[in-house]
This record gives sequence, structure tokens and C-alpha cells, in this order.
Amino acid sequence: MSDSHPTSQAHPHPNYFKIWGTLVILLIVSVLGPLIGIPLLTLMTAFGIAVVKALMVAAYFMHLNVEKKIIWYILLICLTLMFLFFFVIAPDIMNHEGTNWHSIGSAVKNSDVVHH
Amino acid sequence: MSESHSAHYNEGLIKKYLFSTDHKIIGMQYLFTGIFMGLTGAFMVYVFRMQLAFPGIHVPGFGLVSQAAYNALVTNHGAIMIFWFAMPVLIAAFGNFLIPLMIGCDDMVFPRINRLSYQIFFLSVIVLFASFLVPGGGFGGAWTAYPPLSAKAEYNLTPMGAPLWLIAVALEFVAFLLGGINFITTLMNARAKGMKMYDVPMVIWMIVIASLLFMASVGPLIAGAIMLLFDQFIGTSFYDAAKGGDPMLWQHLFWFFGHPEVYVVLLPPLGMAVEVITTFSRKKLFGYKTFLHSVYITGILSFVVWAHHQFVAGIDPRMANLFAITTLIISVPIAEICFLVMATLYGGSISFTTPMLFALGFIIEFIIGGVTGIFLGASGTDIFFHDTYFVVAHFHYTFVPIAVIGFFIGIYYWFPKMFGRMMDERLGKIHFWGTIIPFNLIFIPLFFLGMYGEHRRIYNYQHFPELNTPGLYFLRELATVSTVVMLAFQTVFFYNFVRSLWKGKKAERNPWKANTLEWVAPSPPPHGNFEKMPEVYRGPYEYGVPGRSTDFWPQNEPN
Amino acid sequence: MSSCTIPIANTRSVTGIRTAKLATWWIIGSEIVIFGGLLVSYLLLRLHNLDWAHDAAHTNTWAGAFNTFVLLTSSYFVVLAHQAAEERNGAQAYRYLWYTIGGGLVFMLVKAYEYGTKIHHGITLSSGVFWSFYYTATGLHGCHVLAGMIIMAFVAHAAKKGENLHRVECIGIYWHFVDVVWIFLFPLLYIAK
Repeated sequence: MSDSHPTSQAHPHPNYFKIWGTLVILLIVSVLGPLIGIPLLTLMTAFGIAVVKALMVAAYFMHLNVEKKIIWYILLICLTLMFLFFFVIAPDIMNHEGTNWHSIGSAVKNSDVVHH
Repeated sequence: MSESHSAHYNEGLIKKYLFSTDHKIIGMQYLFTGIFMGLTGAFMVYVFRMQLAFPGIHVPGFGLVSQAAYNALVTNHGAIMIFWFAMPVLIAAFGNFLIPLMIGCDDMVFPRINRLSYQIFFLSVIVLFASFLVPGGGFGGAWTAYPPLSAKAEYNLTPMGAPLWLIAVALEFVAFLLGGINFITTLMNARAKGMKMYDVPMVIWMIVIASLLFMASVGPLIAGAIMLLFDQFIGTSFYDAAKGGDPMLWQHLFWFFGHPEVYVVLLPPLGMAVEVITTFSRKKLFGYKTFLHSVYITGILSFVVWAHHQFVAGIDPRMANLFAITTLIISVPIAEICFLVMATLYGGSISFTTPMLFALGFIIEFIIGGVTGIFLGASGTDIFFHDTYFVVAHFHYTFVPIAVIGFFIGIYYWFPKMFGRMMDERLGKIHFWGTIIPFNLIFIPLFFLGMYGEHRRIYNYQHFPELNTPGLYFLRELATVSTVVMLAFQTVFFYNFVRSLWKGKKAERNPWKANTLEWVAPSPPPHGNFEKMPEVYRGPYEYGVPGRSTDFWPQNEPN
Repeated sequence: MSSCTIPIANTRSVTGIRTAKLATWWIIGSEIVIFGGLLVSYLLLRLHNLDWAHDAAHTNTWAGAFNTFVLLTSSYFVVLAHQAAEERNGAQAYRYLWYTIGGGLVFMLVKAYEYGTKIHHGITLSSGVFWSFYYTATGLHGCHVLAGMIIMAFVAHAAKKGENLHRVECIGIYWHFVDVVWIFLFPLLYIAK
């Protein structure tokens, strides 16, 4: 059956070993980064590198770099929805105080953390 | 690629009707399971409406309604009507039946995943019924299942019923995810030769967009349901404010799905109404692309309105302002859609067949439901109306047209294709008026009750002096009696349905003289659908084209 | 292909993307919102409850890092399997797929070791919301790894006989997605302290 299919995108394969090597080096950096102890650097090495690694896996291993654009749109729409969800519910879930109100329940527990 | 069938479909009866991979049989399985669940939900509403209008009555066919039973009935009425009636019938049954036929192919792209989808759905039905039978009885924490009520057995008093209910809902989601991905992929990849994006019949667009909305919105709730299950079973505290969790989180996870869900069930019957209205007014759909783009915009906006369900739940007031605005904006594309339907009707040669009556009834009643939503979408007025019967009346004015009337549009219109026989028109019209008049008499009183301040979720209004007046009781009794009358008139439908299966007039291939591809296949279509796979030359709504001898122009006719 | 003949619908490809692969991408889209909902919930509560950092200090960074390495390597193998499948070399694809399954197995063993030591120290699902999220997120991810391994075994079995070689790419895409999820779980649960 598989022969009748359009063998879509018979593209040349990149050097996967090199990509794997880069990913492992990035992994090592992201583990070592926090050991320096600068919070901003930790954030960048941890999450910045995670994004880079994810993009590399998506582009080269999942072949999104040669895939039809519509796949990107599918994934981006799903991701966008999650960002939207995060920022819209953040005022409720993350901050428990506003201009004219505050949540008593969370203030009791987190007073030492939130206010200082 | 040569597209002819060499395969023979010689299957035994059990294989053919219970374990078939044929999209039409799976559609029928969804249809009949959905109808059965719809009747279950209808029985529930009959029982608790009797209790509300005549407190303490021994309801015929049920008996005395206890407080726990009342809560379980209301909860499961809501959940069943949305998850086990509207979705399986409107999306799964009609989607399965119509998509391959209307886009001109022989089946879904993944027939066995399709079968698996129904089997998981069937399992969810069994788990749901099991949840009624366990010690403590069925879950009674409303279909929204807000924690802490749903999370803690010491509050909801249904230690087994609540988790089983949640598992049933989760299984139903899995079934519809599988089915939805199948629908989407089928439309994208398996269209007949020549069928371009704007040649796809509107009902197919609607079912697939509904599947897309479902797929994109249900994920957070699946994650949330796992978290709630852990809260119930293992004693985690995801939703327990005292231990660092947040009950508001569930509300957001739920309504992030819950509001798009409204459009998930709205769009398929809207598409059916479009098919019926164009066919029976013999006119081209006015503004096909505008219609489709309005639906796109509705779909996008449906993801940013969810918090209007939570205006009084203590959300950030700045967010409440934003959500009030987006909620009012979403009525613009919906209004656009209604205008396009009216413009389609304008100047058409309208014949009031039963499906046409139901389609028009759908549009009119839905507009009432939409307009009353404006009061609830504005965060100021919602403070007064929230959790009153005004809300109940509003969403039933949208959901009953969607689920019940929408179901009848589809059944009356596609019955000849599904079963090869015509339904009786006279009985159909009796059924229509017997449904639509009591429907209004049920819910118009509820609007007034809501404005008088009648709170939802109350078991017996005799306990509240200001709600225990003869005037209010008259309205409650009017609504309850109308419910019974409306339910009684459904026997006309079932009589008509069963009788027509055997005694109805034989249907030809194209009894309504419609354009879309399903009318090219024999009635009922065999396994494999078409003798020869059709090709498409034009859009689906070419009615009354000047210079032609017939007033319709099937999509597959080469000039 | 046991009971069901392949429908004509499955052989069409209007978008130019093979149907099985298209469906795989849609499944990944739906998985993004499932994991997304869970991780957004975690992130918001984590940013709100800064004292969870005390709990997070007890996660085993080295085990997490090793598991990241294992998954990255198994992703490398599965992409080699895809390359072999495209060259219609079923035996080679079979071999690489089993290397990948082996990687999954190592991952699950390390996971089991982590869970075991945590539970041994009295840290369970209900020891606080951070740990609830820790177990739920890694557990959900672990279920995906396990499911991927099982499906991959079936795909490998068929690939050895040269059947359904296009499925190697689909299971590969799924496996990479599971890898990507872990790439984000790792900093969220193990590094951020």
C-alpha cells in the first residue's frame, strides 16, 4: 500500500550526529549554569536553552524545517492558546491582591513570601 | 490513482452492526446511543421539575425525590445532555455519517480509530451509569464540578459517585479527541477530486471547526481532571486553598474548555440549518465566505470569553471588564451569521417542510437565547442575574435549539439517506408545533422567575418565604406542565421514526433535489458509499441558476 | 492489516502530507494543550508560592540531567530509524527502533529509582502541592514514554518485515514530542530551585 502514497518530501538528511552533539553540549551548559549561582543566569541557561533545544529537536529531528507550513500553524496555535491562558488567569492564580481587594486565605499563608 | 472497489464487504450480523468500521454504522451507533442518553436526560428533568413545582410529590415512575437524588439528577441532566446527547448526536453521529458522503469518499481515513472512538464512548456510558449505582449514589456537584465540593467526599457525600462521574467524562473526552482528529484529517486529506476549500458544504465545515475547537480547548481540562481525580482519590491539594492550591484554578481550566464547548455544539446544527435552508428556499447561501469567516472569528473569540462564567467567583475585576467586552463582541459575528441566513431566505421560493420548520425554529429560538445572553455577559447586570433561573432560561434557549431542535433538523432532513425511506410530513409538523410551543412555555416563565430572584440549585422553595408565593408557584407549575407536554409530544416523533423505518415511502436518491454529494449515493448508501467516486465541479449551493432546465445543479455534474 | 481493508479515503492526500503523519501532528497539537494546561497551572502556582523552592531543592538534578541525556540519545536513534525506513531498510530501522525502546527503558528505570528514593524518604503525591505537581507531571510524561515504547515495539515488528515503514516516521515524531516535553519539565522541576 505504501507505494501508492505520495512519498512526501524526499529531502536530504542533515548530519544527525552533529545535532545530537550540540544538544548534549547545551544540556551540559544548562546543568552547569545554575552552579554559578546568579539567578538571572540560571533562568537564561535553564529556560533559554530549553527553548533552543526544543526548537532544534522540532526543526531537525521532527523535520519541521522542511515540513509544510500548515504544521507550524497547528502547533503555534496550540502554543499561543497556552500563553493566552497563562497571562489571562495569572491575575487570579498568581497574584492574590489587587487595588481594592486581596485574598485573605492566601495572604495568611504566604504573607512572609509575597509582601517582603 | 485508480479508485474502484475490489473489496467485498461480506460480514456477519454481529460484525456488521456491533464491530463495524463503516462510518455510517458507527454514526448510527452514536446516534442511537445518543438518543438513549437524551431520553435518560429527559427523564431526569421530568423528575426534578416535578419536585420543584410540586414539592414532596411522589413522582410517577420515580417516587419521592430526596435531596441527594435531586442534586444527582440536576448534575447528570446537565452533563448527559451536553456530553452524552448533544455531542454524540450532533458531532459524532452526523459527522460520521455525513463527512465521507459529503466530501465524496468511501470512509473515514482511519476506520478502526473511528470504531475505537465509539467503543471508548460506549465505555464512558457504562461508567456513567455505574456511578449512579455505587454506595452514596451519583455525583451531585453540578456539571461544572467546582472544587472543593467535587474534590472532597466529606462535602459531596458521594465518595465513589464523584470519581466515577469524572472518569466517565474523561473517557468521553478521549473518544471525541480520537473522533475529532479523524474528522479533521479526513476533511483535510480525503476530499473528492476537484473539491476546493470553498466547495465544502457548510455543515462539514461546521463539524470540523467544532472538532478543532474541542481539540484545542479540552487539553487543560483533561489535565485539570487528572488533578481533580488525585484530589478525590489520593488526597492531593491542587484545588485546596488552605494547603497552597487554588480552587479558582479549576474554574479557569473548566471554563477555558466550557465556553468553546458552547460553540462546539452550536456549529454543527448551524451547518445543518444552512443545508436545509438553502435546499428549501432554492437559493444560494448568501455570502459563503463571509459566513465561514464569521465562524472563524466566532471560534477565535470563543477562546477569550470564558471568565464571564466567573464574574461573581472573585476573579480580578480588571479581567472581568475585559471579558465583558470580549463577550459582547462575540455577538457581532453571530449576528452576522443570522443576517446571512435571513438574506438567504429573502426572495427564495420557500417550502415549509418539516426540516425547514425546524431549521427556522432553530434560528429564531437561538436568537432569543443569544439576546438574553447580553445581560449575563455584562459584568454589572450579571451580579444580579448570576445563579438565578434567568441563567437557566438563557442557556436552555441556546442549548435546546442546538441539541434538540438541531437533532431534529438533521434527522428529518437526512432520514431518507440514512434509512432509504421518507418520514411522514404531517406527523412531522405536529411534532414540530408540539415541541416548539411547549418549549417557549417552559423557559419564558423561567426568565421571569429569575428576575424575581429565584436562585438555582434549590431543592424546595417552600423553605424560602419570599420565593414561596402562589404567583411564583404558578410559573413553576406552568414550566413543569409544559415540560411534560413537550416530552409527551416526542412520542409522535418516535412513532413517526419507527413507522417510517418499515412503512415509509421508499426514498429515491435525491428526494429533496439538493446539490451536495451525499445525494449522489444510493439511499441508503452501501458500505463503500458510491458506485463510482464522484468528482466535484462547483460549490454546494448552486440553486436556481438561470438558463438551466432544473433549479438545482449537483456538485458532481460536469456542466 | 487484519480485519479492515484500507479505505480509498486513507490513500488520498489533498494537502500533500501523508494522512498518518498529518494525524500524528494533530495528536501532538492536542497533547500540547494537555501538557500546557498542567504546566501553566504549575507555573502560576509556583510563581505565587515562592516557598516551594524549599521542596524543589530535594529533586535529584543529576538523575534528571541523565534522563535528559537518555531521551536526547533515544531521539537520535529514532531519527536514524526514520532515515533507514526512508531508504526502505526495514532491518536497520528495526534495530534503531529497539535502541530507542532501550533508551525508554533506561529512562523509566531511572524514574523508578527517583520515585523509589523519594517515597522511601516519605515524599509522596500528597506531601504538598509541589510534590503533587512533580509526580503528576513526570507521571503523565512517563505514561507517554511507556505508550511510545509499546507502540514502537509494534512498529518495529512490522518494519522488520518491511511493512508500514511510513509509521516509523510517525512514531518518531511522537517520540521527539515526548522528548521536547521532558526538555521543558527538566528545568521546571529539577533546575529551578
